[in-house]
Amino acid sequence: MNNWKNFTKGFIKENPVFVLVLGMCPTLGVTTSAINGLGMGLATTFVLFGSNVVISLVKNFIPDKVRIPSFIVIIASFVTIIDLSMSAYVPDLYKSLGLFIPLIVVNCIVLGRAEAFASKNTIISSAIDGLGMGLGFSFALTLLGALRELLGAYSLFGHKFINTDGILVFVLAPGAFLGLAYLIAIMKRINK
Amino acid sequence: MAKKESTFLNMTLTLFVITAISALALASVYNLTKGPIENVKKQNLQNAIGVVVPDARKGNFDDFEQIVVKSSDGIGDITMYKVVVDNEFKGMAVKTFSMKGFGGIISVMVGFTPDGTIIDSDVLEHKETPGLGDKTSKNVSSWNEQFKGKNPDQFKLTVKKDGGDVDAITAATISSRAYCDALKRAYDTYINYLSANGQNSIENNVEPKDGGNK
Repeated sequence: MNNWKNFTKGFIKENPVFVLVLGMCPTLGVTTSAINGLGMGLATTFVLFGSNVVISLVKNFIPDKVRIPSFIVIIASFVTIIDLSMSAYVPDLYKSLGLFIPLIVVNCIVLGRAEAFASKNTIISSAIDGLGMGLGFSFALTLLGALRELLGAYSLFGHKFINTDGILVFVLAPGAFLGLAYLIAIMKRINK
Repeated sequence: MAKKESTFLNMTLTLFVITAISALALASVYNLTKGPIENVKKQNLQNAIGVVVPDARKGNFDDFEQIVVKSSDGIGDITMYKVVVDNEFKGMAVKTFSMKGFGGIISVMVGFTPDGTIIDSDVLEHKETPGLGDKTSKNVSSWNEQFKGKNPDQFKLTVKKDGGDVDAITAATISSRAYCDALKRAYDTYINYLSANGQNSIENNVEPKDGGNK
């Protein structure tokens, strides 16, 4: 597969949120504003990239029957290391992203890409896949976050447009399902 | 290189090696970051104390006495930091909490003058809804400014809907109630502490109450 196609498939054709419908927990949970969506997306991208590289490196040493537990141990260690180093050395960034980091362990996309891609491909293409999928995930989360923030609070990335309260239901949990449904419908239409 | 066979020995060995390497990596990263993380936590705490009792910035944070007491209603521990600058008792920074938040526990830092007036307060940690309940926090809105300079003795720490004096945040009454609950707990605990063992230390260091009327 050529690298460019491999990279861009995460955005539209195989978008983890809109097409694969993976990683729904953070998608629905944290996208109350555009900046939250972007933060979670970027943190996941980083982990996805790292775990894809490590797993494609060690894939030949891992017997098939124990691959899933091995992958989970690798991913969890990776996330914990990032969590600790971020809170120690970039406390300001950690303050805004810290909430999302532990959530990444239970994110299906990371394990999904490890199992479906990194365990069968070379390091380079796994790295590109991780990066592309991660950015696609960030794109989807930011879009959903922006939609919910726009309708729910009449603001975007914290800038208020109309100084009243928005349609509150979009900031609350049901709004996540409504927003996601609209976006998936639109994406289906585009992909056709 | 061919894939390893899934024999019992191979599987055991692989899992052992992977977990051993992870454990080693995690332990070393933990050791490396332990110091910096504690520094960051300390810095955050000091900043929070500095916000609620501004006089604290003039003193040395390490000198402030740390007092841990049971909260007035006995459901948890409350930590108080006694801000003493140049032998004068400037105020008490109280780290309080409420379990009644929309998203669970809300942790609040509030500063009191020696006579129990609120100097300032802010949220330390919360899980409230972004865009609604997070307005209790200073970096989101100026809502909690209304508590500045109020003495809970005269100022009823409940929202207006419940017959108190506090303007609740629109569409976030639960978060507003929780914030009031946290402040109330801090105030009661602080007053209990003062009447139990604070009397002499306060009278020694601070002008009598009517000094404020000058």
